[in-house]
Amino acid sequence: MYWYELMYLIRQFELMAEEKYKMEGKIRGFFHAYVGQEAIAAGCMTATRIEDPFVTGYRDHGLALAKGVSPESCMAELYGKATGCAKGKGGSMHFFGKDVAFFGGHGIVGAQIGTGAGLAFAEKYKGTDNVSLSFFGDGAARQGILHEIFNMAMTWKLPAIFLCENNNYAMGTSVARTSNVQDIYKLADAYEMPADSIDGMSPEAVHDAVARAVKRAREGGGPTLIELKTYRYKGHSISDPQKYRTKDEVEEYKQRDPIEHVLNTILENKFATQEEIDAINKRVNDKVAESVRFAEESPWPNEDEVLKDIVMEPNYPFIVD
Amino acid sequence: MARIITIREALREGMSEEMRRDPNVFLMGEEVAEYNGAYKVSQGMLDEFGPKRVIDTPIAELGFAAIGVGAAQNGLRPIVEFMTWNFAVLALDQILNTASKMLAMSGGQVSCPIVFRGPNGSAGQLGAQHSTAFESYYANIPGIKVISISNAYDAKGLMKAAIRDNDPVMFMESELMYGDKGEVPEEEYIIPIGKADVKKQGRDVTIVSYNKMMKVALGAAAELEKEGISAEVIDLRTIRPLDWMTILESVKKTNRLVIVDEQWPMCSVSSEIAYRIQKEGFDYLDAPIRRITAADAPLHYAPNLVAAALPDVPKTVNLVKEVMYMKK
Ligand SMILES: Cc1ncc(C[n+]2csc(CCOP(=O)(O)OP(=O)(O)O)c2C)c(N)n1
Ligand SMILES: [Mg+2]
Repeated sequence: MYWYELMYLIRQFELMAEEKYKMEGKIRGFFHAYVGQEAIAAGCMTATRIEDPFVTGYRDHGLALAKGVSPESCMAELYGKATGCAKGKGGSMHFFGKDVAFFGGHGIVGAQIGTGAGLAFAEKYKGTDNVSLSFFGDGAARQGILHEIFNMAMTWKLPAIFLCENNNYAMGTSVARTSNVQDIYKLADAYEMPADSIDGMSPEAVHDAVARAVKRAREGGGPTLIELKTYRYKGHSISDPQKYRTKDEVEEYKQRDPIEHVLNTILENKFATQEEIDAINKRVNDKVAESVRFAEESPWPNEDEVLKDIVMEPNYPFIVD
Repeated sequence: MARIITIREALREGMSEEMRRDPNVFLMGEEVAEYNGAYKVSQGMLDEFGPKRVIDTPIAELGFAAIGVGAAQNGLRPIVEFMTWNFAVLALDQILNTASKMLAMSGGQVSCPIVFRGPNGSAGQLGAQHSTAFESYYANIPGIKVISISNAYDAKGLMKAAIRDNDPVMFMESELMYGDKGEVPEEEYIIPIGKADVKKQGRDVTIVSYNKMMKVALGAAAELEKEGISAEVIDLRTIRPLDWMTILESVKKTNRLVIVDEQWPMCSVSSEIAYRIQKEGFDYLDAPIRRITAADAPLHYAPNLVAAALPDVPKTVNLVKEVMYMKK
């Protein structure tokens, strides 16, 4: 039920935001939707606790919402408003929520693989048993940083879980065209790091694999690579014409929609009645509508914010000519 | 017969003509082939030249830049596209520590004729990590050349010069300008690297700029014209080597200099110009050299913060009036 509500929230949030982008032009810049990949966020949330730090790329709306960054502050961030989860300074690619250990959306492909290991390093150093989760795409898996980080994470047994969200495309480039090694989880072999390849359309499968990896990491067993086979229903970003794949391929994946799948399981096993589902749907839709109202009514940042949040030092001598 | 084409097409013509002329020239980068370029600069080039010469790479900037740098040392003339210069930072090691230093380290034996190109600077509300203008970073490096273009004519002529050049060349474009149209001759032409272009003659003040800030410079000049102030506008076109002689000649006439620069202020292109002109032209100056740069901060996302952080026409007009002592 938690999975259903969270996935439905992410889906509805993304669809609403896309509409506000396309129809009303209220959201600008790059916008990468998480639609189709919701099961990953859902499965990871039930396998971790709130203190476990997450870090991801620019496709960050779903994981931010999952971690508990509020839909209001997420929508306001997309609008560029002062009440956004990064004060309107980050935009779609840079959602943050340090209070819920969400260390953000990052724009440089692959960089977060290293950041995640650094978050894990700090947890280990401080003596907690928290575990970091770093999310990255199939395209990002071809960056050199992956190898440097896997080597160090394994050598130092960092409590880090690396989650490759393999949606089969990096912009217009399919996985098959980027490497001789199609099974990304095998990249862990060179470092003798435990690895798994999982159906990323199933929250159960994601949960089980992440729970295993989390347990190992908490007990000092070090990192794990998990490849999650998933699919993005939308283009790479809003401006992508998607000529590199067929409509049939997209439809095929929609047949395995994680939200539909969980809903069927709930109804078939009578975990909930249709009325209860309707109530969840209404609650989510109200929340999303409220997030839009909140974003629209929120103020723009003050112009003096240009030189704020640049350094921690309060009296820094900026060059203003 | 001149034609009106976009900057995107001008770049493509420049690359394609050189690839027809020299079989050792090839294009490599993310999404350049099958996707026809993230910004469609290389549209149709895979069809014409085939997969041997128009090559899609994985997302691995350090790696494919290195392959380009190695290939350039061994007889080829690579054009390496970065989807944007923000991502080229990953490849900086290859550019700075290898490409720029090959000739020096090898005592003149091994040269590195390679072009790195892609869009540079801010492009609207793209946030902090997709908005940096890198001219001053690369202009600091001995051993390489830095070009930053503002129109279709220069794009094509300088692209051809860059490909034929025997040193590493950084070629900077702008996402926001790929669709801008301009006149380009039918016949072949090449624009020499290292020559600025006086875009508009004027008497009262010199405004120097480059890349998309040229629109601000020319817009400000048009505004000033209405108020009877005659501004001379110079497009640098090449950042390194810097054609300071053209700026100096202009300042000898106008006695005033304003620089419009999308760099961050510290150690920027404008800092260098200001140093050179005060040294060579101190006696000709009737006012301090002034500049407008991007704010001394990463670019934020919100539309009003983007506008506040970047140079624009009103800010430039005001600054010109200040150096003319017309304001207070
Ligand atoms: C270092 C770097 N190179 C290139 C880009 C441009 N870029 C943004 S997303 C992307 C594709 C990434 O694909 P993938 O890792 O599979 O993630 P997905 O978008 O599928 O979630 C590219 C090439 C970038 N942001 N950073
Ligand atoms: Mg992908």
